[in-house]
Amino acid sequence: MSTARFKGKWLPWLFLLPTLIILLVFLYYPVVQTFRLSFYRVAFLGLKTKFSGMENYLNLLHDTGYHQTIVSTVLVAMAVVIVGLGLSLLIAMIANQKIHGANIYRFLLIWPFALSPAVAGVVFLFMFSPGFGAVNYLTSVVTGHELNWLGEPKLAITLVIMASIWKNLGYNIVFYLAALQNVNTEVLEAASIDGANTWQRFWRVTFALLSPMTFFLLITNITYSFFDIFGMIDILTKGGPLDATNLMIYNLYRDAFEYYKTGLASAQSVILFLLVVGLTLIQFRTSGRQVYYGG
Amino acid sequence: MKLHMRRKTRNEIITHIVLIIIVFLVLAPVLFALAKSTQTRAEVYHFPPKLGPGTAGILNYKTVWYQFDLGLYIKNTLLVAGIVMFFKTLFSMTAGLGLVYFDFPFKEWVFYFILFTLMMPTEIMIVALFNLVSDIARQFGVENSYAVLTVPFLASATGVFLFRQHFSSIPADLADAARVDGAGPIRFLWSILIPMSWNTIAALALIQFIYMWNQYIWPLVIVRENKHQLIQVGLRSLTNQQDTTNWGLLMAAAILAMIPPMLVFILLQEQFTKGFALGREK
Repeated sequence: MSTARFKGKWLPWLFLLPTLIILLVFLYYPVVQTFRLSFYRVAFLGLKTKFSGMENYLNLLHDTGYHQTIVSTVLVAMAVVIVGLGLSLLIAMIANQKIHGANIYRFLLIWPFALSPAVAGVVFLFMFSPGFGAVNYLTSVVTGHELNWLGEPKLAITLVIMASIWKNLGYNIVFYLAALQNVNTEVLEAASIDGANTWQRFWRVTFALLSPMTFFLLITNITYSFFDIFGMIDILTKGGPLDATNLMIYNLYRDAFEYYKTGLASAQSVILFLLVVGLTLIQFRTSGRQVYYGG
Repeated sequence: MKLHMRRKTRNEIITHIVLIIIVFLVLAPVLFALAKSTQTRAEVYHFPPKLGPGTAGILNYKTVWYQFDLGLYIKNTLLVAGIVMFFKTLFSMTAGLGLVYFDFPFKEWVFYFILFTLMMPTEIMIVALFNLVSDIARQFGVENSYAVLTVPFLASATGVFLFRQHFSSIPADLADAARVDGAGPIRFLWSILIPMSWNTIAALALIQFIYMWNQYIWPLVIVRENKHQLIQVGLRSLTNQQDTTNWGLLMAAAILAMIPPMLVFILLQEQFTKGFALGREK
Protein backbone atom coordinates (compact mmCIF):
# COMPACT_ATOMS: atom_id res chain seq x y z
CA MET A 1 0.00 0.00 0.00
CA SER A 2 1.94 3.03 -1.22
CA THR A 3 -0.25 5.80 0.13
CA ALA A 4 2.52 7.81 1.78
CA ARG A 5 2.20 11.11 -0.08
CA PHE A 6 3.46 13.91 2.08
CA LYS A 7 7.04 14.70 3.02
CA GLY A 8 8.21 15.78 6.43
CA LYS A 9 10.40 14.36 9.12
CA TRP A 10 8.76 15.84 12.20
CA LEU A 11 5.27 16.47 10.89
CA PRO A 12 3.93 12.89 11.29
CA TRP A 13 5.21 12.80 14.88
CA LEU A 14 3.48 16.08 15.55
CA PHE A 15 0.20 14.62 14.27
CA LEU A 16 0.64 11.55 16.46
CA LEU A 17 1.95 13.36 19.52
CA PRO A 18 -1.29 14.03 21.45
CA THR A 19 -2.40 10.41 21.13
CA LEU A 20 1.01 8.98 22.00
CA ILE A 21 1.52 11.19 25.06
CA ILE A 22 -1.89 10.41 26.53
CA LEU A 23 -1.57 6.69 25.91
CA LEU A 24 1.90 6.66 27.43
CA VAL A 25 1.02 8.67 30.54
CA PHE A 26 -2.51 7.46 31.28
CA LEU A 27 -2.41 3.88 30.01
CA TYR A 28 1.11 2.45 29.78
CA TYR A 29 2.48 4.08 32.91
CA PRO A 30 -0.43 2.96 35.17
CA VAL A 31 -0.20 -0.57 33.77
CA VAL A 32 3.51 -0.73 34.60
CA GLN A 33 2.77 0.72 38.05
CA THR A 34 0.05 -1.87 38.58
CA PHE A 35 2.52 -4.67 37.89
CA ARG A 36 5.02 -3.07 40.28
CA LEU A 37 2.48 -2.48 43.07
CA SER A 38 1.31 -6.08 42.86
CA PHE A 39 4.66 -7.12 44.36
CA TYR A 40 4.39 -4.69 47.26
CA ARG A 41 2.57 -4.47 50.51
CA VAL A 42 1.13 -0.98 50.74
CA ALA A 43 0.24 0.45 54.11
CA PHE A 44 -2.80 2.62 54.65
CA LEU A 45 -3.13 5.49 52.15
CA GLY A 46 0.01 4.41 50.35
CA LEU A 47 2.31 6.12 52.81
CA LYS A 48 4.54 3.09 53.23
CA THR A 49 5.32 0.46 50.65
CA LYS A 50 7.33 -2.66 51.28
CA PHE A 51 8.47 -5.24 48.75
CA SER A 52 6.71 -8.49 49.46
CA GLY A 53 7.47 -10.65 46.43
CA MET A 54 4.68 -13.02 45.48
CA GLU A 55 2.80 -12.55 48.76
CA ASN A 56 -0.27 -10.88 47.20
CA TYR A 57 -0.55 -13.59 44.56
CA LEU A 58 -0.13 -16.35 47.13
CA ASN A 59 -2.80 -14.77 49.29
CA LEU A 60 -5.21 -14.81 46.36
CA LEU A 61 -4.26 -18.39 45.53
CA HIS A 62 -5.18 -19.53 49.04
CA ASP A 63 -8.24 -17.34 49.48
CA THR A 64 -11.37 -19.45 49.01
CA GLY A 65 -13.41 -16.24 48.78
CA TYR A 66 -11.42 -15.25 45.71
CA HIS A 67 -11.93 -18.70 44.18
CA GLN A 68 -15.67 -18.15 44.58
CA THR A 69 -15.28 -14.75 42.90
CA ILE A 70 -13.59 -16.35 39.90
CA VAL A 71 -16.27 -19.03 39.65
CA SER A 72 -19.06 -16.42 39.73
CA THR A 73 -17.29 -14.29 37.11
CA VAL A 74 -16.92 -17.24 34.75
CA LEU A 75 -20.53 -18.26 35.35
CA VAL A 76 -21.87 -14.81 34.54
CA ALA A 77 -19.62 -14.50 31.48
CA MET A 78 -20.78 -17.87 30.15
CA ALA A 79 -24.44 -17.08 30.67
CA VAL A 80 -24.10 -13.65 29.06
CA VAL A 81 -22.31 -15.18 26.07
CA ILE A 82 -24.42 -18.29 25.50
CA VAL A 83 -27.91 -17.04 26.38
CA GLY A 84 -27.29 -13.45 25.29
CA LEU A 85 -25.80 -14.29 21.90
CA GLY A 86 -28.33 -17.04 21.23
CA LEU A 87 -31.23 -14.70 21.91
CA SER A 88 -29.67 -11.87 19.91
CA LEU A 89 -29.08 -14.08 16.88
CA LEU A 90 -32.61 -15.44 17.02
CA ILE A 91 -34.11 -11.94 17.25
CA ALA A 92 -31.82 -10.60 14.52
CA MET A 93 -32.85 -13.40 12.17
CA ILE A 94 -36.55 -12.72 12.76
CA ALA A 95 -36.02 -8.98 12.26
CA ASN A 96 -33.95 -9.55 9.12
CA GLN A 97 -36.92 -10.84 7.11
CA LYS A 98 -38.32 -8.71 4.33
CA ILE A 99 -41.49 -7.32 5.86
CA HIS A 100 -43.23 -3.96 6.03
CA GLY A 101 -41.81 -1.60 8.62
CA ALA A 102 -38.63 -3.65 9.02
CA ASN A 103 -36.65 -0.49 9.79
CA ILE A 104 -38.97 0.49 12.62
CA TYR A 105 -38.67 -2.95 14.20
CA ARG A 106 -34.90 -2.80 13.85
CA PHE A 107 -34.73 0.51 15.63
CA LEU A 108 -37.05 -0.68 18.41
CA LEU A 109 -34.77 -3.65 18.93
CA ILE A 110 -31.36 -1.97 18.97
CA TRP A 111 -32.06 1.05 21.17
CA PRO A 112 -30.78 -0.64 24.40
CA PHE A 113 -27.35 -0.01 22.83
CA ALA A 114 -27.60 3.46 24.38
CA LEU A 115 -28.47 2.23 27.89
CA SER A 116 -25.93 2.39 30.69
CA PRO A 117 -25.33 -0.59 32.98
CA ALA A 118 -26.21 1.64 35.96
CA VAL A 119 -29.60 2.60 34.52
CA ALA A 120 -30.29 -1.06 33.74
CA GLY A 121 -29.35 -1.81 37.35
CA VAL A 122 -31.71 0.81 38.79
CA VAL A 123 -34.67 -0.33 36.69
CA PHE A 124 -34.11 -4.01 37.46
CA LEU A 125 -33.60 -3.25 41.14
CA PHE A 126 -37.01 -1.68 41.22
CA MET A 127 -38.78 -4.33 39.13
CA PHE A 128 -37.48 -7.12 41.36
CA SER A 129 -37.86 -5.38 44.70
CA PRO A 130 -39.84 -7.31 47.27
CA GLY A 131 -43.33 -6.06 48.02
CA PHE A 132 -44.08 -3.74 45.15
CA GLY A 133 -41.85 -4.66 42.20
CA ALA A 134 -43.95 -5.74 39.22
CA VAL A 135 -41.94 -8.87 38.43
CA ASN A 136 -41.96 -9.87 42.05
CA TYR A 137 -45.72 -9.50 42.07
CA LEU A 138 -45.99 -11.69 38.96
CA THR A 139 -43.75 -14.41 40.37
CA SER A 140 -45.70 -14.41 43.60
CA VAL A 141 -48.97 -14.82 41.68
CA VAL A 142 -47.55 -17.65 39.56
CA THR A 143 -45.54 -19.56 42.16
CA GLY A 144 -47.69 -18.73 45.15
CA HIS A 145 -44.87 -17.35 47.25
CA GLU A 146 -42.63 -14.35 46.92
CA LEU A 147 -39.16 -14.89 45.57
CA ASN A 148 -36.43 -13.02 47.38
CA TRP A 149 -34.49 -11.97 44.29
CA LEU A 150 -32.03 -9.76 46.16
CA GLY A 151 -31.60 -11.92 49.26
CA GLU A 152 -31.15 -15.38 47.78
CA PRO A 153 -27.65 -15.98 46.29
CA LYS A 154 -28.77 -18.06 43.30
CA LEU A 155 -31.62 -15.69 42.46
CA ALA A 156 -29.39 -12.63 42.83
CA ILE A 157 -26.86 -13.95 40.33
CA THR A 158 -29.73 -14.85 37.97
CA LEU A 159 -30.99 -11.29 38.30
CA VAL A 160 -27.55 -9.87 37.45
CA ILE A 161 -27.36 -12.17 34.42
CA MET A 162 -30.83 -11.16 33.19
CA ALA A 163 -30.11 -7.45 33.53
CA SER A 164 -26.75 -7.85 31.76
CA ILE A 165 -28.26 -9.75 28.87
CA TRP A 166 -31.07 -7.22 28.48
CA LYS A 167 -28.67 -4.29 28.46
CA ASN A 168 -26.41 -5.87 25.84
CA LEU A 169 -29.17 -7.10 23.49
CA GLY A 170 -29.14 -3.94 21.38
CA TYR A 171 -25.40 -4.06 20.86
CA ASN A 172 -25.41 -7.70 19.79
CA ILE A 173 -28.43 -7.26 17.50
CA VAL A 174 -26.78 -4.27 15.73
CA PHE A 175 -23.80 -6.41 14.78
CA TYR A 176 -25.77 -9.55 13.93
CA LEU A 177 -28.12 -7.57 11.69
CA ALA A 178 -25.15 -6.01 9.91
CA ALA A 179 -23.61 -9.44 9.38
CA LEU A 180 -26.90 -11.00 8.25
CA GLN A 181 -27.25 -8.34 5.57
CA ASN A 182 -23.95 -9.51 4.16
CA VAL A 183 -25.07 -13.14 3.96
CA ASN A 184 -25.57 -13.97 0.32
CA THR A 185 -29.14 -15.16 -0.19
CA GLU A 186 -28.08 -17.09 -3.30
CA VAL A 187 -26.08 -19.47 -1.15
CA LEU A 188 -29.17 -20.14 0.94
CA GLU A 189 -31.27 -20.73 -2.18
CA ALA A 190 -28.66 -23.08 -3.57
CA ALA A 191 -28.64 -25.02 -0.31
CA SER A 192 -32.42 -25.14 -0.45
CA ILE A 193 -32.36 -26.54 -3.99
CA ASP A 194 -29.83 -29.12 -2.87
CA GLY A 195 -32.46 -30.34 -0.43
CA ALA A 196 -31.26 -28.78 2.81
CA ASN A 197 -34.04 -28.30 5.34
CA THR A 198 -34.53 -25.14 7.41
CA TRP A 199 -32.44 -26.40 10.28
CA GLN A 200 -29.57 -27.48 8.02
CA ARG A 201 -29.76 -24.18 6.12
CA PHE A 202 -29.42 -22.30 9.36
CA TRP A 203 -26.70 -24.42 10.90
CA ARG A 204 -24.60 -25.25 7.86
CA VAL A 205 -24.95 -21.99 5.94
CA THR A 206 -26.13 -18.98 7.95
CA PHE A 207 -24.44 -19.87 11.21
CA ALA A 208 -21.25 -20.87 9.43
CA LEU A 209 -21.15 -17.58 7.52
CA LEU A 210 -21.83 -15.66 10.73
CA SER A 211 -19.12 -17.38 12.73
CA PRO A 212 -16.53 -14.57 12.43
CA MET A 213 -19.13 -12.15 13.80
CA THR A 214 -20.11 -14.58 16.54
CA PHE A 215 -16.49 -14.89 17.52
CA PHE A 216 -16.07 -11.12 17.61
CA LEU A 217 -19.19 -10.80 19.78
CA LEU A 218 -17.96 -13.61 21.99
CA ILE A 219 -14.89 -11.59 22.94
CA THR A 220 -16.72 -8.27 23.35
CA ASN A 221 -19.38 -9.93 25.50
CA ILE A 222 -16.76 -11.55 27.73
CA THR A 223 -15.05 -8.16 28.15
CA TYR A 224 -18.45 -6.61 28.87
CA SER A 225 -19.22 -9.14 31.57
CA PHE A 226 -15.76 -8.66 33.08
CA PHE A 227 -15.72 -4.86 33.29
CA ASP A 228 -18.75 -2.88 32.10
CA ILE A 229 -20.98 -4.83 34.46
CA PHE A 230 -19.41 -3.02 37.44
CA GLY A 231 -22.01 -0.24 37.64
CA MET A 232 -24.86 -2.71 37.48
CA ILE A 233 -23.45 -4.85 40.33
CA ASP A 234 -22.73 -1.77 42.42
CA ILE A 235 -26.35 -0.63 42.15
CA LEU A 236 -28.18 -3.97 42.12
CA THR A 237 -26.49 -6.18 44.68
CA LYS A 238 -23.24 -4.59 45.90
CA GLY A 239 -21.65 -8.00 45.49
CA GLY A 240 -24.10 -9.71 47.83
CA PRO A 241 -25.88 -11.65 49.14
CA LEU A 242 -23.09 -13.70 50.75
CA ASP A 243 -20.69 -12.50 48.02
CA ALA A 244 -22.67 -14.43 45.39
CA THR A 245 -22.40 -11.58 42.87
CA ASN A 246 -18.99 -10.39 44.00
CA LEU A 247 -17.37 -10.55 40.57
CA MET A 248 -13.63 -10.06 40.00
CA ILE A 249 -13.87 -6.39 39.07
CA TYR A 250 -16.10 -5.63 42.06
CA ASN A 251 -13.81 -7.48 44.45
CA LEU A 252 -10.87 -5.51 43.05
CA TYR A 253 -12.68 -2.22 43.57
CA ARG A 254 -13.57 -3.05 47.16
CA ASP A 255 -10.07 -4.21 48.05
CA ALA A 256 -8.64 -1.04 46.55
CA PHE A 257 -11.06 1.67 47.64
CA GLU A 258 -12.90 0.28 50.66
CA TYR A 259 -10.22 -1.80 52.39
CA TYR A 260 -7.24 0.12 50.96
CA LYS A 261 -5.34 -3.07 50.11
CA THR A 262 -3.56 -1.49 47.16
CA GLY A 263 -1.07 -4.29 46.60
CA LEU A 264 -3.67 -7.01 46.72
CA ALA A 265 -5.95 -5.10 44.36
CA SER A 266 -3.05 -4.60 41.94
CA ALA A 267 -2.37 -8.32 41.90
CA GLN A 268 -6.02 -8.85 40.94
CA SER A 269 -5.60 -6.25 38.20
CA VAL A 270 -2.63 -8.15 36.82
CA ILE A 271 -4.65 -11.38 36.76
CA LEU A 272 -7.48 -9.65 34.90
CA PHE A 273 -5.02 -7.98 32.53
CA LEU A 274 -3.42 -11.31 31.63
CA LEU A 275 -6.89 -12.75 30.99
CA VAL A 276 -7.74 -9.90 28.63
CA VAL A 277 -4.40 -10.17 26.81
CA GLY A 278 -4.97 -13.90 26.40
CA LEU A 279 -8.44 -13.40 24.97
CA THR A 280 -7.30 -10.65 22.61
CA LEU A 281 -4.37 -12.69 21.33
CA ILE A 282 -6.69 -15.60 20.58
CA GLN A 283 -8.86 -13.18 18.66
CA PHE A 284 -5.97 -11.69 16.68
CA ARG A 285 -4.81 -15.18 15.77
CA THR A 286 -8.13 -16.48 14.57
CA SER A 287 -9.73 -13.52 12.84
CA GLY A 288 -7.62 -10.43 12.38
CA ARG A 289 -10.19 -8.27 10.68
CA GLN A 290 -12.95 -8.92 13.17
CA VAL A 291 -11.11 -7.51 16.16
CA TYR A 292 -13.08 -5.19 18.36
CA TYR A 293 -11.71 -1.73 18.87
CA GLY A 294 -14.11 -0.41 21.48
CA GLY A 295 -13.41 1.91 24.34
CA MET B 1 -50.37 -19.26 -6.95
CA LYS B 2 -53.18 -17.80 -4.87
CA LEU B 3 -52.57 -20.36 -2.17
CA HIS B 4 -48.89 -19.45 -2.19
CA MET B 5 -49.72 -15.76 -1.76
CA ARG B 6 -52.02 -16.50 1.12
CA ARG B 7 -49.34 -18.56 2.83
CA LYS B 8 -46.91 -15.71 2.36
CA THR B 9 -49.24 -13.14 3.93
CA ARG B 10 -49.95 -15.52 6.78
CA ASN B 11 -46.24 -15.95 7.41
CA GLU B 12 -45.75 -12.22 7.33
CA ILE B 13 -48.52 -11.68 9.87
CA ILE B 14 -46.95 -14.26 12.18
CA THR B 15 -43.58 -12.52 11.83
CA HIS B 16 -45.22 -9.21 12.73
CA ILE B 17 -46.87 -10.67 15.80
CA VAL B 18 -43.65 -12.33 16.98
CA LEU B 19 -41.69 -9.11 16.43
CA ILE B 20 -44.25 -7.00 18.27
CA ILE B 21 -44.07 -9.36 21.26
CA ILE B 22 -40.26 -9.24 21.27
CA VAL B 23 -40.18 -5.46 20.92
CA PHE B 24 -42.63 -5.17 23.79
CA LEU B 25 -40.61 -7.51 26.02
CA VAL B 26 -37.38 -5.62 25.32
CA LEU B 27 -39.13 -2.32 25.93
CA ALA B 28 -41.12 -3.46 29.00
CA PRO B 29 -38.59 -2.48 31.72
CA VAL B 30 -38.36 1.04 30.32
CA LEU B 31 -42.14 1.38 29.92
CA PHE B 32 -42.49 0.22 33.51
CA ALA B 33 -39.92 2.78 34.67
CA LEU B 34 -41.67 5.47 32.64
CA ALA B 35 -45.05 4.73 34.21
CA LYS B 36 -43.60 4.61 37.74
CA SER B 37 -41.70 7.85 37.20
CA THR B 38 -45.04 9.68 37.18
CA GLN B 39 -46.45 8.11 40.33
CA THR B 40 -46.57 9.41 43.88
CA ARG B 41 -45.12 7.36 46.72
CA ALA B 42 -48.56 5.99 47.60
CA GLU B 43 -49.23 5.03 43.99
CA VAL B 44 -45.88 3.26 43.70
CA TYR B 45 -46.47 1.19 46.84
CA HIS B 46 -50.02 0.29 45.84
CA PHE B 47 -50.63 -3.45 45.76
CA PRO B 48 -51.17 -5.02 43.22
CA PRO B 49 -48.82 -2.73 41.26
CA LYS B 50 -50.38 -0.01 39.15
CA LEU B 51 -48.97 0.05 35.64
CA GLY B 52 -50.60 3.20 34.27
CA PRO B 53 -49.39 6.77 34.53
CA GLY B 54 -49.70 8.44 37.94
CA THR B 55 -50.43 11.93 39.11
CA ALA B 56 -46.96 13.18 40.07
CA GLY B 57 -45.26 13.28 36.66
CA ILE B 58 -44.10 16.86 36.46
CA LEU B 59 -43.49 17.09 40.19
CA ASN B 60 -41.17 14.02 40.24
CA TYR B 61 -39.12 15.25 37.31
CA LYS B 62 -38.85 18.74 38.77
CA THR B 63 -37.81 17.38 42.15
CA VAL B 64 -34.98 15.19 40.83
CA TRP B 65 -33.82 17.91 38.44
CA TYR B 66 -33.51 20.66 41.07
CA GLN B 67 -33.54 19.09 44.54
CA PHE B 68 -31.48 16.00 43.74
CA ASP B 69 -29.12 17.81 41.34
CA LEU B 70 -29.91 15.70 38.28
CA GLY B 71 -29.78 18.87 36.20
CA LEU B 72 -26.26 19.56 37.45
CA TYR B 73 -25.05 16.00 36.78
CA ILE B 74 -26.53 16.01 33.30
CA LYS B 75 -24.92 19.36 32.51
CA ASN B 76 -21.55 18.11 33.81
CA THR B 77 -21.74 14.87 31.88
CA LEU B 78 -22.79 16.59 28.65
CA LEU B 79 -19.78 18.89 28.98
CA VAL B 80 -17.33 16.08 29.79
CA ALA B 81 -18.69 13.80 27.05
CA GLY B 82 -18.64 16.70 24.58
CA ILE B 83 -15.02 17.60 25.34
CA VAL B 84 -13.85 14.00 25.08
CA MET B 85 -15.85 13.39 21.91
CA PHE B 86 -14.36 16.43 20.18
CA PHE B 87 -10.71 15.98 21.12
CA LYS B 88 -10.70 12.22 20.78
CA THR B 89 -12.06 12.50 17.26
CA LEU B 90 -9.59 15.27 16.39
CA PHE B 91 -6.53 13.50 17.82
CA SER B 92 -7.54 10.16 16.27
CA MET B 93 -7.97 11.86 12.92
CA THR B 94 -4.56 13.55 12.97
CA ALA B 95 -2.97 10.29 14.15
CA GLY B 96 -4.66 8.48 11.25
CA LEU B 97 -3.34 11.16 8.89
CA GLY B 98 0.18 10.71 10.23
CA LEU B 99 0.03 6.93 9.90
CA VAL B 100 -1.49 6.75 6.41
CA TYR B 101 -0.02 9.72 4.52
CA PHE B 102 3.53 9.83 5.85
CA ASP B 103 6.53 7.56 5.91
CA PHE B 104 8.68 7.58 9.00
CA PRO B 105 10.89 5.17 10.92
CA PHE B 106 9.23 2.75 13.39
CA LYS B 107 5.80 3.39 11.83
CA GLU B 108 4.68 -0.21 12.41
CA TRP B 109 5.88 -0.07 15.99
CA VAL B 110 3.96 3.14 16.64
CA PHE B 111 0.82 1.52 15.29
CA TYR B 112 1.23 -1.53 17.50
CA PHE B 113 1.99 0.73 20.46
CA ILE B 114 -1.41 2.35 19.94
CA LEU B 115 -3.22 -0.89 19.15
CA PHE B 116 -1.93 -2.64 22.27
CA THR B 117 -3.78 -0.20 24.53
CA LEU B 118 -7.03 -1.89 23.48
CA MET B 119 -6.17 -4.48 26.09
CA MET B 120 -6.04 -1.90 28.87
CA PRO B 121 -9.53 -0.94 30.02
CA THR B 122 -9.61 1.78 32.70
CA GLU B 123 -11.01 -0.67 35.24
CA ILE B 124 -7.92 -2.88 35.09
CA MET B 125 -5.44 -0.24 36.23
CA ILE B 126 -7.88 1.78 38.29
CA VAL B 127 -5.63 1.80 41.38
CA ALA B 128 -2.49 3.06 39.65
CA LEU B 129 -4.43 5.51 37.47
CA PHE B 130 -6.11 6.86 40.58
CA ASN B 131 -2.74 7.36 42.34
CA LEU B 132 -1.23 9.01 39.28
CA VAL B 133 -4.08 11.38 38.51
CA SER B 134 -4.56 12.34 42.17
CA ASP B 135 -0.85 13.22 42.40
CA ILE B 136 -0.85 15.28 39.21
CA ALA B 137 -4.12 17.00 40.15
CA ARG B 138 -2.79 17.90 43.59
CA GLN B 139 0.31 19.49 42.06
CA PHE B 140 -1.71 21.58 39.65
CA GLY B 141 -4.52 22.25 42.13
CA VAL B 142 -7.16 20.76 39.86
CA GLU B 143 -8.66 18.05 42.06
CA ASN B 144 -12.37 17.51 41.43
CA SER B 145 -12.31 19.24 38.08
CA TYR B 146 -13.43 18.50 34.55
CA ALA B 147 -9.73 18.05 33.73
CA VAL B 148 -9.36 14.85 35.79
CA LEU B 149 -12.51 13.51 34.18
CA THR B 150 -11.50 14.20 30.58
CA VAL B 151 -7.72 14.35 30.03
CA PRO B 152 -6.98 10.63 30.67
CA PHE B 153 -9.54 9.73 27.98
CA LEU B 154 -8.52 11.99 25.12
CA ALA B 155 -6.74 9.32 23.10
CA SER B 156 -8.33 6.31 21.52
CA ALA B 157 -6.95 3.23 19.83
CA THR B 158 -10.43 2.58 18.43
CA GLY B 159 -10.46 6.00 16.81
CA VAL B 160 -6.96 5.75 15.36
CA PHE B 161 -7.75 2.34 13.98
CA LEU B 162 -11.06 3.43 12.42
CA PHE B 163 -9.53 6.47 10.75
CA ARG B 164 -6.44 4.61 9.59
CA GLN B 165 -8.67 2.00 7.98
CA HIS B 166 -10.97 4.59 6.44
CA PHE B 167 -8.15 6.80 5.09
CA SER B 168 -6.47 3.74 3.56
CA SER B 169 -9.64 3.05 1.59
CA ILE B 170 -9.67 6.55 0.05
CA PRO B 171 -8.06 6.49 -3.43
CA ALA B 172 -4.40 7.47 -3.23
CA ASP B 173 -4.67 9.69 -6.33
CA LEU B 174 -6.58 12.22 -4.25
CA ALA B 175 -3.60 12.99 -2.06
CA ASP B 176 -1.42 13.16 -5.16
CA ALA B 177 -3.77 15.66 -6.72
CA ALA B 178 -3.79 17.69 -3.52
CA ARG B 179 -0.02 17.75 -3.44
CA VAL B 180 0.19 18.85 -7.06
CA ASP B 181 -2.25 21.64 -6.16
CA GLY B 182 0.20 22.66 -3.48
CA ALA B 183 -2.04 21.79 -0.54
CA GLY B 184 -0.25 20.85 2.66
CA PRO B 185 -1.43 18.03 4.93
CA ILE B 186 -3.62 20.32 7.06
CA ARG B 187 -5.46 21.73 4.06
CA PHE B 188 -5.74 18.18 2.71
CA LEU B 189 -7.25 17.01 6.02
CA TRP B 190 -9.64 19.92 6.20
CA SER B 191 -10.93 20.11 2.65
CA ILE B 192 -10.66 16.52 1.41
CA LEU B 193 -10.43 13.97 4.22
CA ILE B 194 -12.99 15.40 6.63
CA PRO B 195 -15.75 15.82 4.02
CA MET B 196 -15.15 12.21 3.00
CA SER B 197 -15.19 10.83 6.55
CA TRP B 198 -18.55 11.83 7.99
CA ASN B 199 -19.72 8.25 8.55
CA THR B 200 -16.53 7.36 10.42
CA ILE B 201 -16.63 10.59 12.42
CA ALA B 202 -20.28 10.03 13.36
CA ALA B 203 -19.66 6.40 14.29
CA LEU B 204 -16.75 7.33 16.53
CA ALA B 205 -18.62 10.28 18.05
CA LEU B 206 -21.54 8.00 18.93
CA ILE B 207 -19.33 5.32 20.51
CA GLN B 208 -17.37 7.90 22.49
CA PHE B 209 -20.39 9.84 23.67
CA ILE B 210 -22.08 6.72 25.01
CA TYR B 211 -18.79 5.50 26.50
CA MET B 212 -18.29 8.76 28.39
CA TRP B 213 -21.95 9.08 29.35
CA ASN B 214 -21.78 5.62 30.93
CA GLN B 215 -18.55 6.27 32.89
CA TYR B 216 -19.05 4.93 36.36
CA ILE B 217 -16.02 3.68 38.25
CA TRP B 218 -13.71 6.56 37.30
CA PRO B 219 -15.91 9.49 38.46
CA LEU B 220 -16.87 7.39 41.49
CA VAL B 221 -13.27 7.20 42.76
CA ILE B 222 -11.75 10.45 41.47
CA VAL B 223 -14.48 13.05 42.10
CA ARG B 224 -15.10 13.85 45.75
CA GLU B 225 -17.47 16.78 45.52
CA ASN B 226 -20.97 16.99 44.18
CA LYS B 227 -20.31 20.03 42.02
CA HIS B 228 -18.37 18.07 39.41
CA GLN B 229 -20.05 14.69 39.71
CA LEU B 230 -21.32 12.80 36.66
CA ILE B 231 -24.74 11.34 35.98
CA GLN B 232 -24.20 7.61 36.63
CA VAL B 233 -22.67 8.26 40.04
CA GLY B 234 -25.47 10.73 40.74
CA LEU B 235 -27.92 7.95 40.03
CA ARG B 236 -25.97 5.73 42.43
CA SER B 237 -26.15 8.19 45.30
CA LEU B 238 -29.89 8.55 44.73
CA THR B 239 -30.25 4.74 44.91
CA ASN B 240 -28.19 4.56 48.09
CA GLN B 241 -30.69 6.67 49.98
CA GLN B 242 -33.17 3.87 49.36
CA ASP B 243 -35.10 3.78 52.63
CA THR B 244 -35.94 7.42 52.27
CA THR B 245 -36.17 7.33 48.51
CA ASN B 246 -39.35 7.68 46.69
CA TRP B 247 -39.09 5.13 43.86
CA GLY B 248 -41.06 7.40 41.57
CA LEU B 249 -38.25 9.93 41.87
CA LEU B 250 -35.61 7.31 41.19
CA MET B 251 -37.38 6.15 38.04
CA ALA B 252 -37.69 9.76 36.88
CA ALA B 253 -33.92 10.08 37.37
CA ALA B 254 -33.29 6.85 35.42
CA ILE B 255 -35.46 8.09 32.54
CA LEU B 256 -33.64 11.43 32.48
CA ALA B 257 -30.28 9.64 32.46
CA MET B 258 -31.39 7.66 29.40
CA ILE B 259 -32.53 10.57 27.26
CA PRO B 260 -29.28 12.22 26.03
CA PRO B 261 -27.52 9.03 24.83
CA MET B 262 -30.80 7.89 23.27
CA LEU B 263 -31.10 11.17 21.34
CA VAL B 264 -27.51 10.92 20.11
CA PHE B 265 -28.15 7.31 19.15
CA ILE B 266 -31.31 8.16 17.20
CA LEU B 267 -29.48 10.99 15.47
CA LEU B 268 -26.39 9.00 14.46
CA GLN B 269 -27.50 5.38 14.25
CA GLU B 270 -27.62 5.27 10.46
CA GLN B 271 -24.10 6.64 10.05
CA PHE B 272 -22.99 4.37 12.85
CA THR B 273 -24.15 1.24 11.03
CA LYS B 274 -22.51 2.47 7.83
CA GLY B 275 -19.29 3.70 9.41
CA PHE B 276 -18.69 0.96 11.93
CA ALA B 277 -20.84 -2.14 11.90
CA LEU B 278 -20.98 -2.51 8.13
CA GLY B 279 -18.05 -0.39 7.06
CA ARG B 280 -15.48 -2.69 8.59
CA GLU B 281 -16.46 -5.41 6.19
CA LYS B 282 -15.65 -3.41 3.08
